[in-house]
Amino acid sequence: MAEALLALEGVHTHIGRYHILQGVDFAVPEGELTMLLGRNGAGKTTTLKTVMGLYRASQGAVRFAGQEIQARDTPDISRLGIAYVPEDMGIFAGLTVKENLLLAAREGDIDDARLRWLFKLFPPMEKFWGLRAGFLSGGQKQMLAISRAVIEKRRLILIDEPTKGLAPAIIGALIEAFLELKRSGVTILLVEQNFHMARSVGDGVFVMDDGKIVHAGRMAALAGDEALQQRLLGLSLGAHQ
Amino acid sequence: MTTADPTLAAKKPIWGDDPWPMVVLAAIAFLPLLLINPKTWLVLTVAGLAMGMMIFIMASGLTLVFGLMGVINFGHGAFISLGAFLGATVLLRMTGWTGVDSIPLNLVAVLPAIVFAVLVTGALGWAFERVIIRPVYDNHLKQILVTIGGIIVAEQMIHVVWGPDQIALPRPLGFKGAVGFGEIVFEKYRLLACVLGLAVFAGLHFMLNRTKLGLLIRAGVENGQMVEALGYRIRLLFVLVFVAGSALAGLGGVMWGLYQEIITAGMGMEVMVLVFIVIIIGGLGSVGGCFVGAILVGLVANYTGFLVPKLALASNIGLMVVILMWRPQGLFPVIRQ
Repeated sequence: MAEALLALEGVHTHIGRYHILQGVDFAVPEGELTMLLGRNGAGKTTTLKTVMGLYRASQGAVRFAGQEIQARDTPDISRLGIAYVPEDMGIFAGLTVKENLLLAAREGDIDDARLRWLFKLFPPMEKFWGLRAGFLSGGQKQMLAISRAVIEKRRLILIDEPTKGLAPAIIGALIEAFLELKRSGVTILLVEQNFHMARSVGDGVFVMDDGKIVHAGRMAALAGDEALQQRLLGLSLGAHQ
Repeated sequence: MTTADPTLAAKKPIWGDDPWPMVVLAAIAFLPLLLINPKTWLVLTVAGLAMGMMIFIMASGLTLVFGLMGVINFGHGAFISLGAFLGATVLLRMTGWTGVDSIPLNLVAVLPAIVFAVLVTGALGWAFERVIIRPVYDNHLKQILVTIGGIIVAEQMIHVVWGPDQIALPRPLGFKGAVGFGEIVFEKYRLLACVLGLAVFAGLHFMLNRTKLGLLIRAGVENGQMVEALGYRIRLLFVLVFVAGSALAGLGGVMWGLYQEIITAGMGMEVMVLVFIVIIIGGLGSVGGCFVGAILVGLVANYTGFLVPKLALASNIGLMVVILMWRPQGLFPVIRQ
């Protein structure tokens, strides 16, 4: 297995008086697409937000490329090369598609070759280039959110439930896009409830429950073991297949 | 970061995708023609526009401060009063330049007064944000309490420095009087206020729509957390906007002081009623909305003052009530996440 790009060691996070993450340990290998699964309320979104510094870890360490980052501010963490696609996509509805992408291009102008690659990955971005993002459909907004994360090369992309509420055809397009992103060598940590999606794209998998990691392994092994799926994920996830 | 970027040029009209607020503005501007003689209407309209432009200058920073960080700053009026007193300090020492009937010579006194007021209120804005606003982010109740406290302290400081009495601030001679276009006569100062207000609006519009800094501010108004996740420091952006907003309030204070020709420590607090009406009508966080709202308030105040003087004081509250019943989030609601 490749060396870990991101590692969480005994991470605890409190939100107000609630103790959400209760000692999370896992490592995301460089160049792989790692799935983070679990039922609603297990702590997946809090984990991503803790990595991004949007919530402060009250205990434990978050390491990125060997550096401890849990005490850093969100902009500093982002500038280390970590992109984040939140569950609500976080697009700027009053800005055009182009303006959304220009904001994410911190180096200045958007590289032409990168833009062509992006348009191939998500054709609606070219079609709606000058349109305000608030007018895009749910699937197109998700494509824009992911485009924004990859408009410049990043070392790690954190994506939170990209298929939530999307039609199967759009999910198919996103699966193709994630496979292409994998081929480009980027490291991805993907939170997902859709097991079909997870099985199609994941290399490694971690399953969370009650703020802890309860399973770590390879996605292929989990996909082939229905009893394990049943035990770890219950029926609710099976319903998404 | 502030470099103009032609690729950001908006190809949409200034009012965006929604023409209705402009229809309302046109209706409010032209319907009084049915009741007022056209020449009088033109004079009232210019007076309304001048008043609106001065309120816009004072209000534009406040609406961005609210939009960007959700900060309710009742202390904004302090910068209006301070701007007027700082400007007066310079102007009253340069009566040799203001007492001659020549606009170029008057400007030799007025421009340094404006620059002094803008620089000092900007610097005080930085200190105000650091000492008073920063400890109360995310707590609206505390924001209201400490910023009202801030304006009370500022008013008392004005009394300490400039004395408790109101100060007469006569307009420079060149700005007094009127210019005639045929039978229609406009006050020179009102025309100047219109030009300055339009220049400030054009500058803000350019900055917000053609520069990366403006793009960041517009994005920050919608979703500050996501701007941070993209690698930009929203707090730094907020301080910049706060300082600029305070400086604009200072500029507005000088303009308003010269318009009224009398300045008092409480003038900022008094004009804040109009400022809040304008930013609420326009849509909190929207500079374009603030501009249209300010024009509406100026026009309605002047038309009502002419047609039904007894209703003049209540007219702007009535305007706000009607607009909020139609659009509870203002004419140009800002999308927030």
